[in-house]
Amino acid sequence: MMTLTDDQRMLQDTVRPFMAEEGAIKKELRHWRDTGCTDGYGTGLWKQFAELGLTGILIPESEGGAGLGAVEAGLVLEEIGRNLTPSPFLTTAVAAVRALEGSAQAKRWFPGILAGETVAALAVEEGRHHDPEGVALEAKRQGNGFVLNGAKQFVVHGNSADVILVAARTAGSAGETDGLTLFALEKGAGGLDVGTATLADSSKAARLNFDNVAVDADAVVGEVDGGWAPLSRALTAGRAGAASELVGVASGASEMTFEYLKQRKQFGKLIGEYQVLQHRAAHLYGEIEIARAAALKAAQLLDAGDPRAELMTSVAKAKAAKSAALAVQEGVQMHGGIGMTDEHDIGLYMKREAVLSELFGGPRFHTARVAELSGY
Amino acid sequence: MADLDEFRAETRAWLDANCPSEMRTPMRSEKDACWGGRHFQFQSPAQKQWLDVMASRGWTVPDWPKEYGGGGLSPAETKILKEEMAALGCRSPLTSFGISMLGPALLKYGTEEQKKHYLTQIARGEIRWCQGYSEPGAGSDLAGLQTKAEDKGDYYLVNGQKVWTSYADQADWIFCLVRTSSESKHGGISFLLFDMESPGVSTKPILLISGNSPFCETFFDDVKVPKDQLVGEENKGWDVAKYLLGHEREMISGMGLGGEKEALGKSLGGIDDPLLRAEIAAFDVDAISFAAMSERFIDQLKAGEAHPAMPSMMKYAGTELNKRRHELIMAADGSDALEWDSERSKGGKAARDWLRTKANSIEGGTSEIQLGIVAKHILRLPGA
Repeated sequence: MMTLTDDQRMLQDTVRPFMAEEGAIKKELRHWRDTGCTDGYGTGLWKQFAELGLTGILIPESEGGAGLGAVEAGLVLEEIGRNLTPSPFLTTAVAAVRALEGSAQAKRWFPGILAGETVAALAVEEGRHHDPEGVALEAKRQGNGFVLNGAKQFVVHGNSADVILVAARTAGSAGETDGLTLFALEKGAGGLDVGTATLADSSKAARLNFDNVAVDADAVVGEVDGGWAPLSRALTAGRAGAASELVGVASGASEMTFEYLKQRKQFGKLIGEYQVLQHRAAHLYGEIEIARAAALKAAQLLDAGDPRAELMTSVAKAKAAKSAALAVQEGVQMHGGIGMTDEHDIGLYMKREAVLSELFGGPRFHTARVAELSGY
Repeated sequence: MADLDEFRAETRAWLDANCPSEMRTPMRSEKDACWGGRHFQFQSPAQKQWLDVMASRGWTVPDWPKEYGGGGLSPAETKILKEEMAALGCRSPLTSFGISMLGPALLKYGTEEQKKHYLTQIARGEIRWCQGYSEPGAGSDLAGLQTKAEDKGDYYLVNGQKVWTSYADQADWIFCLVRTSSESKHGGISFLLFDMESPGVSTKPILLISGNSPFCETFFDDVKVPKDQLVGEENKGWDVAKYLLGHEREMISGMGLGGEKEALGKSLGGIDDPLLRAEIAAFDVDAISFAAMSERFIDQLKAGEAHPAMPSMMKYAGTELNKRRHELIMAADGSDALEWDSERSKGGKAARDWLRTKANSIEGGTSEIQLGIVAKHILRLPGA
């Protein structure tokens, strides 16, 4: 059933007002941006997430978490998106937890994540576009461990992360899924150069340079040469989560815009009275609802372990990105001049949408993947 | 959950035992559908057998109450039945405007006698219905209709003309909007049911750009309609009409799903042109998303959580998607698809189907009407 269960509704009823208040744009995004925060998010709020049990939402109950699934994580992310709340939730509580689950590394990192003290980042990209199979960063065996050489970029929260999950190549060549190994690299490793970039949405992403970075063998997540399994778990969860967050971004931007149509007067009429804007607004509403359904379906299939989940996740990521792009573009345009000012929040939605759209693969990447997974 | 699993297993076994193999192949067109009615010519004994066996179980209308010929299934059971029918490739046993449009309106607005009488006939496929809504002067402005019904004591005398009456020439009965008062536009409309064989009813097919004639003009010349064939109250037919339109839009939105189980790009086979492949893949993203939306919409509808104007959003999105689907099929098939009358084109199927879809965003309320309804009732924009 594609309606929410009572428990899911209760979670939504808790998270929605919490995020609207504690994670509000003025309180978090603008505050940290305008005070030059080096993390790009508030560690206090991350603690509050932990107190609500959100940081461990996907961690099994046997390990102290809530043991919930992608649908529930998606509900949280939708509210994060709606309020543009800066948070390491997606990379840490969703992607990293899915990568680490079932591995020896889970014991090392889950307690900190549960406590809201640990932040994780995923280091996959080596070029401008998402290409997880193209990982070339080299990991060579040396003594009891490995030595890493190469570079990563677009490592979201990489500058403040306590642990970075690094996809490296231990065998095979770029373009192959076999021969990858995922390492859980602790903060402050020797030979690791961390360059911080502030992204358009004021979040922080790192460019990492690995110059003979030594790691122990026990830092391997899962199997050596078998890193594709934990990596793809993380990516799939991350993509589905990003789709939900994009739906939240689209919802927040469109609701703000629909309100504006009811307030702004030109030529003696509310601009929402003009049919040319009414029809565009109605079309936008439909696109967002369709994206919401796609994201929910992907999350449900993931939670059910259904083989169609991979396809649906790419569908959802592509659809949510396109719908959110429409929402922010129509949002700025319908706001007119005020929409171009930093003072107004609508432009912040456009900037967040751009980053989330690219994260874990843009709409073109996922559209191509839909064709491949559909067999054409 | 255990009960539902059991229901699923039983349903699958029953369908497997009772659905004839000829009824497990995909329908090629509307012509393959079983429409029922007094004059319907079954295409095969299997088609009739499938209708009879499903009707006797109440599964032509699985979620209607048993006393009206339905199966009395819960929303979850109805969904399972649909899923199992899809899994086995079972055709719908009965395609009917009685099921998809009139039935739900009668369930809500009909008298007990009307429900017992009409719904059971609909469930068994005995009466084929057509819809008398649009008029030459009342298209998008439907409430501007002028077909007059005069109160003559124990009957109404109906005079006027309808247009775009789907399959009026093959229908047994009509559900028809008429004007019973000129004092108020919306408040002077009534909802009547009558036999198309009544004296004074005549029809004339309209030839469309597709070369086919699924629609008719329908004329009423002093047609006598007994008063017990009024649904709801006199002059309150607009409520019934709107409610029914919601169901019609819901049905039409299903076109967005296509009939295929697989992605369009897959069903079209290899597409060498990278630009076309990209367009088709983008379409498939939208189509698979829309399928998820359809599933969510139906679940919300059954749970009473859907906004009453949601069928308008679905109708708009589904029909625009279907038009796009056929544009892409035409593009993929190139000059082959342009053959209008030839052996290899199966009577110009691709081109005729493509042209047929252009009506999708006009019939049942244009896309522009639907967007207006969403703007007004969901977004609550001023003056919409």
